[in-house]
Amino acid sequence: MMATAAEVLTHKPALAEPRSRKIVRVLAKSPVQFALLVLGLLWLLPTFGLLITSLLSPVDFQVKGWWQVFSAPHKLTWSNYDAIFHNSTILHSLLTTGEIAIGATLLPIFVAALAAYAFAWLEFPGRDWLFILVIALLVVPLQMALIPIFSLYNTIGIYDTVIGLILFHTAFGLPFAVFFLRNFFIGIPRDLIEAARIDGASEIYIFVRVILPLGLPAIASLGIFQFLWTWNDLLVALTLARSTQPITVAIFSQLRTFGSNIEIIAPATFVSLIIPLAVFFAFQRYFVQGLLAGSIK
Amino acid sequence: MSGKSVAVKSSAYRALVAAEPGLWRRYALAFGFLLPALFLLGIWIVYPTVRTIVRSFFSDSGGRFVWFDNYKQLFTSDILRTAIKNNAIWVAVVPALVTAIGLIFAVLTERVSWSLAFKTAVFMPLAVSAFAAGITWRLVYLKDPDQGALNAGIRVAKDAVSVPGVLSEASPSTPALSRNGGGLMLRPSSRPGQVVRLGLTGIPPEGVPRGAVQAVTPVPKPGAIDGVVWRDFKPGGGQPGQVEQGELGLPGVTVQLEQNGKRVASSTTESDGRFAFADLKPGSYRVGIGAKTFAQPFAGISWLGASLITPAVIIAYIWIWAGFAMVVIAAGLSAIPRDVLEAARTDGGTEWQVFRRVTVPLLAPVLSVVFITMVINVLKVFDIVIAVAPESVQSNSNVLALALWRTAFSGSAQFGVGSAIAVFIFVLVIPILLLNIRRFKRDA
Repeated sequence: MMATAAEVLTHKPALAEPRSRKIVRVLAKSPVQFALLVLGLLWLLPTFGLLITSLLSPVDFQVKGWWQVFSAPHKLTWSNYDAIFHNSTILHSLLTTGEIAIGATLLPIFVAALAAYAFAWLEFPGRDWLFILVIALLVVPLQMALIPIFSLYNTIGIYDTVIGLILFHTAFGLPFAVFFLRNFFIGIPRDLIEAARIDGASEIYIFVRVILPLGLPAIASLGIFQFLWTWNDLLVALTLARSTQPITVAIFSQLRTFGSNIEIIAPATFVSLIIPLAVFFAFQRYFVQGLLAGSIK
Repeated sequence: MSGKSVAVKSSAYRALVAAEPGLWRRYALAFGFLLPALFLLGIWIVYPTVRTIVRSFFSDSGGRFVWFDNYKQLFTSDILRTAIKNNAIWVAVVPALVTAIGLIFAVLTERVSWSLAFKTAVFMPLAVSAFAAGITWRLVYLKDPDQGALNAGIRVAKDAVSVPGVLSEASPSTPALSRNGGGLMLRPSSRPGQVVRLGLTGIPPEGVPRGAVQAVTPVPKPGAIDGVVWRDFKPGGGQPGQVEQGELGLPGVTVQLEQNGKRVASSTTESDGRFAFADLKPGSYRVGIGAKTFAQPFAGISWLGASLITPAVIIAYIWIWAGFAMVVIAAGLSAIPRDVLEAARTDGGTEWQVFRRVTVPLLAPVLSVVFITMVINVLKVFDIVIAVAPESVQSNSNVLALALWRTAFSGSAQFGVGSAIAVFIFVLVIPILLLNIRRFKRDA
């Protein structure tokens, strides 16, 4: 094995040298480190650019791009954020996004957990067939549902409502959620469940007191995925709603004049991505676990 | 379900259940647990799927059965053909690139101690909406090199190779000076002992080269052609072709001397605009200003224009998904037994041979999972295209899912053709997803 960067870095040079020279020397020794450092910075650059742009006044941005702050850091200002946090459309859309994302996370998890418990631990005829059928629905792209659901929503009057969007996301989250939870639940020791049954516990009691607590890691993974998926949605909201705008749609409606609306678009976009990022950083472990368990969407 | 005793117990339990009079109540209970899921799946997935398939055979208003006319549209209408062609490009390019980049990143990060930081940086875009990521890149792609970071970077590189001319905007002040290639040429020929005046106008005040001072007309010298290049403009008038008080010389201009169409000398003007060609043989010469002087600064590549938009969107998309490929492949990589790799190394394999002959074959199942997942994703790509591509070029960057939305929901409500596009996406996705599900069942 080659020496790790930590070993290289802790190795004290005989002569004192400036830190920058030292970094250059270490990197020159290891092209892999250098390449990864450059790539990593390159990967961060677009997001960093968005952040700085969102902190520039529109007048400054028209003159020069975000890199002007390296020579003139005093140009950074909160004024754009101040403006969007006083912009009722944007504020309202953030609230709507939150409602949709939370509703469309909790509901499918609950519904899928019920079904997954039945598929894992209840006996009924045709169980395996039905389970395969549910998983088979994974192949249906949500584009298949847009036109009929649009018509249906208009007929029953839930077009342009938060509940309509939540139900759509819930249904399309179910096949994977049922599959994922059932596979987790089936790993719960049989003895635990049968002991409870022999003690006379009802299935609902077992579901609430045994399955849900033990299934928490899987539920957490699933919840994070579902939350990010629905928070980040554009297509469904764009199709099945008009004035019920989540943040993505609110930004979308500003896009026609990208250059002149940048002082709204940049900060609003940054706000829209800061929440998923926070969720991602807080639950990174679950996120990666869920990703590895199967990425099908 | 490991021990034998458990199996025995479970079959005993099953017998117990079967004998129980409350059997139907148990079935009803199971049904109760399943009901909400079945209801949602039935109304929101099964019914629309059937409905969309049926709808795709009816006219856009829904009144007329049109057989396969909507599907014919898919392959005859220019807009939809562009969408299919672009989606084919996506499928051909993106899954392979994402998998390759993910593999490279996964292998390289194994060699550094700060791999977690790197992985986090590359993985981050995946947590964010494809739409927000698209906006982020639209900002990167702005055409003006003073706004778009990508063009700004290219300008830095380009200016290092070819410096923009000192006078990118200028035109001759008298008809005697005329355009010649990228530069200017004085029409009347000159002889040694003469003085030539090369007047230029149309130079904005900020376009005057730095260090310019009052222009000076040189005195004629025998055996030499002397001259001046100056800004032949004076606020409030002045006479074209005459060097006057208040008119600035233009330093740094490349002046060229030609004889019989061949360049014989070249000189650069001083801060008062003067230049001189000395020690000339008698004869007829022509004086001009080289094209280099007027070289335009880099104006920016039009990434968001009609011709480059699809590659531009694809780059942004790869930026999002490389992290996914990297994390999945890295997990596969860490599952490869270390001793297999060590054995290959002790047997004398070079790093490249070990990678090529051991690592990649062992990773093949993981690589194919990433590849297949990406094919499915790419067939349904929507948000990023609509975010990066300005509306004016969306028909150039069209893909199937965007075409569906545009035909059915943006303006025209062509539900017949829209349904046909949806079915087309569905048919393309099915075989690929079935492959993936087979893997799921194997793993389950």
